[in-house]
Amino acid sequence: MIKILLFADLQEKVGKPELELKLEQITVEELKSELQKIYPLINLESVMTAVNEEYAMADDAIKSGDTVAFIPPVSGG
Amino acid sequence: MADLLYEIVNEPIQVESLVKKVSVREAGAITTFIGTVREWTKGKRTIYLEYQAYIPMAVKMLAQIGKEIEEKWTNTKVAITHRIGRLDISDIAVVIAVSSPHRKAAYEANEYAIERIKQIVPIWKKEHWEDGETWIGDQLEKFPYKDGKPILKDVEL
Repeated sequence: MIKILLFADLQEKVGKPELELKLEQITVEELKSELQKIYPLINLESVMTAVNEEYAMADDAIKSGDTVAFIPPVSGG
Repeated sequence: MADLLYEIVNEPIQVESLVKKVSVREAGAITTFIGTVREWTKGKRTIYLEYQAYIPMAVKMLAQIGKEIEEKWTNTKVAITHRIGRLDISDIAVVIAVSSPHRKAAYEANEYAIERIKQIVPIWKKEHWEDGETWIGDQLEKFPYKDGKPILKDVEL
């Protein structure tokens, strides 16, 4: 099980702040395309990914038990 | 909680408490940056803002910025608090306090901190305008993150 956190417009488009996907292992890029299939309305192209609160690269591996956050361009300050 | 240097809060920020956090005997200068909610942006009137954060990671990233500063400018001390939730016009959204033995480093490091916040800290602002609402992204216009990671290059001052 992989936990996925969504924020800002992604959260609104999906309609919930969290998702869980039954997956053993997947890369960041693959997970993005999986989600894109489930939610065609969202755009994950310019979205960063954090795995367990650390920024991750497209080919980084995600395992069951990990928490993945999709981070749209930030606008704090 | 007064001694946490990096915080995300729901309540109004007390500027003086951040000044105290960085006030050390070695300091000869303390700069504070106070980011407030602006009413007009490019001709559009904001009614209120809503900030959201990925709190645990935002705190980590604020701490990382503090660490970067303490490495770049020796003997500086940094405290940053960002508020989330609903904020009205003129409310304080973020306060950055930097102390340093000398003023130049305190000014420079403080500006560095706000620029880095806008790059790497997972906080989002939703503008509620007179005629609608929008989640704001990409304020520095240096994105999108083609490789899926933030731009981590140094901020030019």
